[in-house]
Amino acid sequence: MAILPPREGWFHQKVARDEKIWMGLAFVVSLFLFFWMIVWHVYAKQNPSFVTYKTTPEEFYELTQAFIDKYRIGEENGIPVVKPPPGSDVFLLARQFRWEPVLVLKKGEEYRFHISSLDVLHGFSLQPVNMNFMVYPKYDYVLTFRPTSAGEYYIVCNEFCGIGHHMMVGKIIVEE
Amino acid sequence: MAVATHGGEQWFRTCDVTGFKVDTRAERIAKVNAVMAVVSFLIAVIAALLLVLTRWQIVHLLPVDWYYRVLTLHGLDALVFWIIFFELAALVFGSTAFLNTRMSSPFVGWAGTALAILGFLLVNYTILTGNADVLMTSYAPLKAHPLFYLGMILFAVGALLIVSTFFANLMIWRRENPGQSLPLFVYGLMAAAIIAVITIVSGAIIYIPTFLWSLGIIKDIDPAVYKLVWWGLGHPSQQINVSAHVAVWYLLAFLTVGGQSINEKVSRFAFILYIVAINVASAHHLLVDPAVSPVWKVWNTSYVMYLAVFASMIHAFAVPSAIEVAQRKRGYTKGLFEWLKRAPWGNPAFSGLMLSMIIFGFIGGITGVVNGMEQTNIIAHNTLSVPGHFKGAVVGGTALAFMSVTYYLIPLLFRKKIAFYGLAKYVPWIFGTGVAILAVSMYILGAFGIPRRHWDITFSGGPFTFTYNPVTDFFWALFGIGGILAVVGALLWILQVVVSVFFGQPFRGPQDLQIPIAEPVQMDGEHKGFAAPGTFVLVLLFIVAFVIFVALNYGWLSAMWEVR
Repeated sequence: MAILPPREGWFHQKVARDEKIWMGLAFVVSLFLFFWMIVWHVYAKQNPSFVTYKTTPEEFYELTQAFIDKYRIGEENGIPVVKPPPGSDVFLLARQFRWEPVLVLKKGEEYRFHISSLDVLHGFSLQPVNMNFMVYPKYDYVLTFRPTSAGEYYIVCNEFCGIGHHMMVGKIIVEE
Repeated sequence: MAVATHGGEQWFRTCDVTGFKVDTRAERIAKVNAVMAVVSFLIAVIAALLLVLTRWQIVHLLPVDWYYRVLTLHGLDALVFWIIFFELAALVFGSTAFLNTRMSSPFVGWAGTALAILGFLLVNYTILTGNADVLMTSYAPLKAHPLFYLGMILFAVGALLIVSTFFANLMIWRRENPGQSLPLFVYGLMAAAIIAVITIVSGAIIYIPTFLWSLGIIKDIDPAVYKLVWWGLGHPSQQINVSAHVAVWYLLAFLTVGGQSINEKVSRFAFILYIVAINVASAHHLLVDPAVSPVWKVWNTSYVMYLAVFASMIHAFAVPSAIEVAQRKRGYTKGLFEWLKRAPWGNPAFSGLMLSMIIFGFIGGITGVVNGMEQTNIIAHNTLSVPGHFKGAVVGGTALAFMSVTYYLIPLLFRKKIAFYGLAKYVPWIFGTGVAILAVSMYILGAFGIPRRHWDITFSGGPFTFTYNPVTDFFWALFGIGGILAVVGALLWILQVVVSVFFGQPFRGPQDLQIPIAEPVQMDGEHKGFAAPGTFVLVLLFIVAFVIFVALNYGWLSAMWEVR
């Protein structure tokens, strides 16, 4: 009884058959969900990375600038456009309230993204594929992407970063 | 039943409806906390209306600075103050009246209440004056005014003091009733109180250094450490709610149809699983973050191999089966669902209970697991799917359960008649339907990639623009309709509570009881065969929906870019 102490012998009462079956089923589903995440790590191709380097905003800014200078092919709306070779390290810098640089990638090739922030937390939200990751200052998050479709993609900031948060949109172009 | 045997009989009144001995000193503390809960809820609901009307791009009401300010206000008043003040009231009242025992220390209770209210005032003041535009999570290095952090600390200390009186009350009860077991409702509250201690300590660990940082005494707060420890407060605090509202579900099943858990050992075991497993949920917020390993993520995000989800699924059978068995004993035995059809749907506490369970399970629960699985979090993280999930879990689940039980608290705690009682039977439906539509449409908008916490998804002023799938326009309209319905339901409820409590007619005795209390049904010992076949069918339906939804999400994920 919910508002009075339980009746005599409650601890030794047998569990009804339907409740027992249900608990068994629920437990199996729980275990399945747990092991599913591990299995997905082994066999599937979409798993959040945990490769991370310690960095500083100054260091990451310099790395990004060097990356931009090396592979720059133009400029769009004041933001440098960069075309790194397939398989290379790519630097993507987040700051209030822009993403730098614009990236030109090749479909089906792998790129090792380094993503970090100069100031506060930002959110890397790749649209319209809808893949989302966190961006921190002082942590260089390494995500190895292989774009599987061509076209124009946008990076929306989806972690609140200040008053201009809604203006923070970056761009990735994937060529065939 | 045993009663408090020594000292202070003058503090007690005997409830003429339940026969409980009520310590009036505890009752006053509970009343003040309950009133603060409703005040917080009112602020949160008004803020919610403004937010719905801003995110719905057709209206786009608030300017950018006020959008984030009101969002901060809404988050803290809804997810922290309303819920925790209500739980503090429940802890104080539950550990005295329901145990026929006395308040251990009214002084500590009042001191805690005063600190909590002071904290509430400081936080609301700093937000509204534009000194804390940092959203609920206040992720460092975003910085608010020191008084904001101080307010949070004071609130936490106040809450902790009141929680400590709960444990002291239990000790008095234990001394006076050796060998007795706690009633299930109080047992659930105890689980909530234990989780609350863990939660509040996490809050203190992070807010105290952040406060010193905002004063310039500490140089640096590591953003990853902040986020990890803050969510040790942020997510487990919602697990206090789960424990407390499940306790309220058992209470409501008893009050509305006389239902009792068909096996108390099972129900109690599930509460213990909550205590063991539920407080590691900080991981839900770090799944797509740098710095933590997959092993840590998988173990913690799954609440230690999904033990807490398992616990919720146990309650998902235990509460409806309590109702079903009671109804069947009343003679509603035809087919699988006569017990449900002939249930007291006109009783707002009963319809509220059922809607709370359905919305919590089918919307809040299922989406919560999918959002919280390591890989599918890539789809959901920081999109509208996240608030969509907790609209289902906390608003449809917790808030609706608390609103429903309030219809009993008005006569029994506040000793007032319920104003506009005829209205009450519609309130859970309006609110519940609104929240369900809101939560589902937000979840779907999130699946299309729409970010949460975003003032303008047309990106005005940005270097590029991006247009979301035009199908989202339809779901934005649903979002607006659901949001407004939920706000209307909440405001009607607040109106009833405020008018009843402050201007209502006094409740003079059982003859004034508007909301029925069911006769308890006598339970016999063992169940032969299936005790609750109707409930069994319903939970099977749930598990099928659950597995399909997980499979769909992993299917979508497998079509995305490869990432490792």
